[in-house]
Amino acid sequence: MDKLRLIISREYLTRVKKKSFILATLLTPFAFVLFFVVVGFIFEYQGEEVKRIAVIDKGGIIKTPLKDEDNLFFTKVTEDIEVLKTNFETSNYDGILLIPELADVMLNNFTIYYYANNPPSLSVETLLKSRVERKIRDFKIEALAIERSALDALETKISLDPEPIKEGGTNVSKVANIIGAAIGGIMGFVMYLAVFIYGMMVMRSVMEEKTTRIVEVMISSVKPFQLMMGKIIGVGGVGLTQVAIWAILIPSMLFVVNLIFGFDSSTGFGNAPSVNAEISMEDTEAMVGLAIQEIGRMNWWIILPLFILYFLGGYFLYASLFAAVGSAMGDDLGEGQSLTLPITIPVILALYIMMAALESPDSPLAVGSSLFPLFSPIVMPARLAFGPPFWEVALSVVILLGTAVFFVWLSGRIYRVGILMYGKKVNFKTLGQWLFYKD
Amino acid sequence: MEYPILKMNQVVKQYGNHTAVDAVSFEVPKGSVFGLLGPNGAGKTSLIRIITTITRADSGVIELEGQLLNSSHPEQIGYMPEERGLYKKMKVGAHLIYLARLKGLSKQQAKEAIGNWMEKFEITDWWNKKVEELSKGMQQKVQFIATVVHEPKLLILDEPFSGLDPINTNLIKEEIRSLHKKGTSIIFSTHRMEQVEEICENILLINRGKVLLKGSVKEVKNQFKLNHFEIGFEGELPTELSNQLEVVRQENNKAVVKLPAEMSPSTLLKKAVQTGLDIRSWNEMLPSLNEIFIRQVENNHG
Repeated sequence: MDKLRLIISREYLTRVKKKSFILATLLTPFAFVLFFVVVGFIFEYQGEEVKRIAVIDKGGIIKTPLKDEDNLFFTKVTEDIEVLKTNFETSNYDGILLIPELADVMLNNFTIYYYANNPPSLSVETLLKSRVERKIRDFKIEALAIERSALDALETKISLDPEPIKEGGTNVSKVANIIGAAIGGIMGFVMYLAVFIYGMMVMRSVMEEKTTRIVEVMISSVKPFQLMMGKIIGVGGVGLTQVAIWAILIPSMLFVVNLIFGFDSSTGFGNAPSVNAEISMEDTEAMVGLAIQEIGRMNWWIILPLFILYFLGGYFLYASLFAAVGSAMGDDLGEGQSLTLPITIPVILALYIMMAALESPDSPLAVGSSLFPLFSPIVMPARLAFGPPFWEVALSVVILLGTAVFFVWLSGRIYRVGILMYGKKVNFKTLGQWLFYKD
Repeated sequence: MEYPILKMNQVVKQYGNHTAVDAVSFEVPKGSVFGLLGPNGAGKTSLIRIITTITRADSGVIELEGQLLNSSHPEQIGYMPEERGLYKKMKVGAHLIYLARLKGLSKQQAKEAIGNWMEKFEITDWWNKKVEELSKGMQQKVQFIATVVHEPKLLILDEPFSGLDPINTNLIKEEIRSLHKKGTSIIFSTHRMEQVEEICENILLINRGKVLLKGSVKEVKNQFKLNHFEIGFEGELPTELSNQLEVVRQENNKAVVKLPAEMSPSTLLKKAVQTGLDIRSWNEMLPSLNEIFIRQVENNHG
């Protein structure tokens, strides 16, 4: 036990003290935040495009002036379009908006014209269209003599509240679904990355010990199994350290950056300004509130320990396989490709199944995969936020941990032979033979 | 009665269909330097891996000082494998401490012992150097320290001089001698016979996993002696002498003769003097271990 502790601490400390580890651990959040800032600026930048627009309103549709918003400044003019066009270069307008007469109030299609040296950007076009659309709507309401309150009464906001049939069943709202998917997705993805990065780290380290020939010195002092376990646990510790640092650094740095640059988090990613314009401030606030409420309502004291269980189970399962493969490999990484492939394929498959499971967490595929031990470490964490039945979680954990123990044992048997084998072409048949070698 | 440091009885180890160690029995007397000889692939490394508990024998009895080999024994053994390496990224001091602690030393003990050895080798300034910064010869010194730092009762050196420059070879040889004087038992595995004659007291010759020869160097040599004597002289070898003997070869002033089985060396000398031969030197020609080794291995293959 003492020796195992020595090995673990060496494996852990040599990696954690490495400059490359410190740099990667600190720079990754920086890179992430930098990416966020750049994306933020790109979205902000669109609004920098200031346009002065002359508006010709032939049919008197615009009763109240168009508001100067979103860097668009409107001036109602009475000159003829031809005059404006000839004087365009000397005027200080960037474009001319021509709204023809509305021939028939019942018309559903209407074309307005925009004259400028360059066609408008997509966002400017969307903004202009939505502004004029609202004015025409107001104009039509008046022209058709519709009661405004009656019109408002037509608008009904629907929200759907799913209720369980039996008392105590799962009660999940739409927002909870989205939040669950987001958290589950992040968890599954973290698992996927952890298995790959740290599993590969174990494999490379085993290969290095073999090729530098330190391994025979080591196993004249400790059992090969101790050496393998020490390495797997030590590297696992490195992984937990790195993930923990990122889990703290990235959100806090994002928070600070938000304070400094004041990005609106809702416009930060992917939301086109036009869509944004339709959602009122109150709606956004209500949704954020609901989201926070939903996050708070999740059974974190069940989800977090489970996540750690799956992390450990998945990590030990795959890292031990990587260790076994590393022990069988020679100096040549390319040669080992055929051996690593069978390990990497289930990991990648699991990631895709996880994405499908986020769409429908209770589908047979999702349920089956979260029981299958090669997939469950990635698929099941993604489903946890949706509250899967207790028996499924329990069964899946038992199968995973059982398989992990079995694979560690199996890999140990391959490892002890592999690390002392040099210059031998290894395939799965030889690995199978090694399993049955006596000590 | 004092137990031998190592005793093997009918030890067998198989890998698949290949028998690497085939019913090997021998003893290593305490405090001796023991040569484990054999051509490449003879089973030397397999045998050593059994002693160092890296692998387990399929059958047979192995005793260390009268105790059945168990998991506490590696701490009493120092093993320098033929293929040896170090963690390239570790610092020399930390590396040696790590290996010493794996052999059961406390951190403090390890530091002290390593410090002494580094002083002896005049390499104290390497403590904070990374292993990869050292030359190959320098790394070999570090490896040697790692092997002996825990004061093992039994030292196993597998081709210890392979790849060593002459200066390091001498240095390590000196250290082996002084460890021997302090009572350390040493198993020395090699296929280089001149080193064996120089260092070892007892030998075991194996080939294809089987024991071909064992015993003290002197016994083995006597067992294979051909009764050849070399006579150095002035003038001509008288015919009355050469008629009674088989002259194996003759150079200017030297002749190697084979003594008939019934004749003792002193009888020959007396006869030679009687013939009036001007004798300058007189030497029994014992076969070198190298000759014995080659002859035995070839017979075994034949």
